[in-house]
Amino acid sequence: MNMMTKATMLLLVLGTAACTNPDRLGGAGGAGAGGAAADGGLAGSASDPTSPAYFNQAIGDRVLFAVDTSTLTPEGQRILDGQAQWLLTNADYRAVVEGHADEQGTREYNIALGARRANAVREYLVSRGVPTARLEVISYGKLRPIEVCSNEACYSQNRRAVTVLSFSAITS
Amino acid sequence: MKKVLTLLMALLLAGPVAAQDGPLRITITDGVIEPITFAAPVFQAENAEAAQVVNNLNRMVAQDLSGTGLFREIPASAFISQITSFSQPIAFADWRAINAQALVTGAVAVNGNQMTVKFRLYDVYSGQELGGGLQLAGTTTGWRRMGHKVADAVYSRITGEGGYFDSRVVYVAESGPKDNRQMRLAVMDFDGENTQYLTDSSAIVLAPRFSPTGDRVLYTSYESGFPRINLLNVANVGRQQLQTAPGEMAFSPRFSRDGGSVIYSLSNGGNTDIFRSDLASGQYTRLTSAPSIETAPSLSPDGTQIVFESDRSGTQQLYIMSANGGEARRISFGEGRYSTPVWSPRGDLVAFTKQNAGRFHIGVMRTDGSEERLLTASFLDEGPTWSPNGRVIMFSRETQGESGTSSLYSIDISGRNLKAVPVQGAASDPSWGPLQP
Repeated sequence: MNMMTKATMLLLVLGTAACTNPDRLGGAGGAGAGGAAADGGLAGSASDPTSPAYFNQAIGDRVLFAVDTSTLTPEGQRILDGQAQWLLTNADYRAVVEGHADEQGTREYNIALGARRANAVREYLVSRGVPTARLEVISYGKLRPIEVCSNEACYSQNRRAVTVLSFSAITS
Repeated sequence: MKKVLTLLMALLLAGPVAAQDGPLRITITDGVIEPITFAAPVFQAENAEAAQVVNNLNRMVAQDLSGTGLFREIPASAFISQITSFSQPIAFADWRAINAQALVTGAVAVNGNQMTVKFRLYDVYSGQELGGGLQLAGTTTGWRRMGHKVADAVYSRITGEGGYFDSRVVYVAESGPKDNRQMRLAVMDFDGENTQYLTDSSAIVLAPRFSPTGDRVLYTSYESGFPRINLLNVANVGRQQLQTAPGEMAFSPRFSRDGGSVIYSLSNGGNTDIFRSDLASGQYTRLTSAPSIETAPSLSPDGTQIVFESDRSGTQQLYIMSANGGEARRISFGEGRYSTPVWSPRGDLVAFTKQNAGRFHIGVMRTDGSEERLLTASFLDEGPTWSPNGRVIMFSRETQGESGTSSLYSIDISGRNLKAVPVQGAASDPSWGPLQP
């Protein structure tokens, strides 16, 4: 039983890593902004509250959206409160907020929709005191899904805005 | 214009007609079409070198014509008489007997890498030649284009409208899994042949659009890290980033009809609007200013109006405004969401993507929004583009699920003749270029 639980937990952790990885700097096949600045050392340890790994996993690097909306949910706002606090504490980091959409929609509209989502996150972070100059936005529309099935279980994970960290010194 | 042509044809072809009611002519605006039957005996080889190409060339012409769904070939096995010389008198009774309404004959001569092709088109029932004989010159490596040109001439003489076979399509070639898709620009002949890659897959590229003369391509690229519009020269594959109005992301570009300016979408602070920029000066004009999403602009053939999509009403709908911006009028009122409108080259129709009840459709409507017709239905169809003569629409179709891939299809505007375009590998976002000179 204990073995079983451990194995399940390990799978969960692996599963999470697999989901999150494509959006990390340099993880997304040359597609991301500042991809060239990526290195494996940026993430650090999730147990270190000043590390990007802590930001990504303990705080949460992404917020999810309902179909065809860019309204932040209460859960999303709670995550962004954490992100804002972290960014204020760790002033050496900049961030690119990536907006994404699910595949239900045309490519062009979804780029515009992703832009709305990324901007909603940026505005919220700015409202919590993060300087605008440290935040950029980009939209990938439906071009970079992290989940590949064609139903709501995947769509709900793909309708997201991800806050991707980079060092201030390394600008794109 | 069309009436005049029809009348002219009628006068030219007046005379005794057997099984055929009126001149050899398809009125291709009709919804129901009985294909015109044609015979295309193998072209004459005027010298030994030509012997290797005559069959290919002849098959190309037949394939182009049959591929439209407007023509049906009578197989050679049914022929009663044979064509043994380009100048021989035609035994029309023999062709009538096998129900061939049109007869295409040709002759080819090859000298080194140069080739000449002659052809004649006959209206079998009236026993007359349709249009004069025509001779084309080109290179042997360009034999496919010569075949397309002959087919275009035959198509054009019978339908009274321009052809579309000697044309190219620029598109996004795709590879890799859904969550790590590699995309690069490619150009091919309309029938999927002669593929040439224009960019590598190091950055996301999207929605290429041919210039009116087919010499340049506008597209959206993430090369700089952010979506920006690039301008690419097809001949030398040189590319540059377009100077747009200031903004965080620029996408969805299209050329103006004179090729001198670009209309596109610009996203700033989460809001997307439509702009126009002059290519030479970089001067820009804002065409919309609403807090909603305005994108996918497409100009009317006369350059005076723009059709675009907007969600200002709460959902995506189609609107038309002056090419200089200002008030827009909504033209789509059916169920569902409408997007990616494209004005037809004839000016009378707008093709669009429609999303309704979990399905995607390619459809057409008149520019006042009336007579909406859905031509396709699938899990995901999007991004229509018009053939140069406004008769056929090509679009992307993506399949469902984790192994979902995109491919190109074409369909006649009557809703008939849905066909997969034989592209190498996965493909999306087609843009159909003009007839080549």
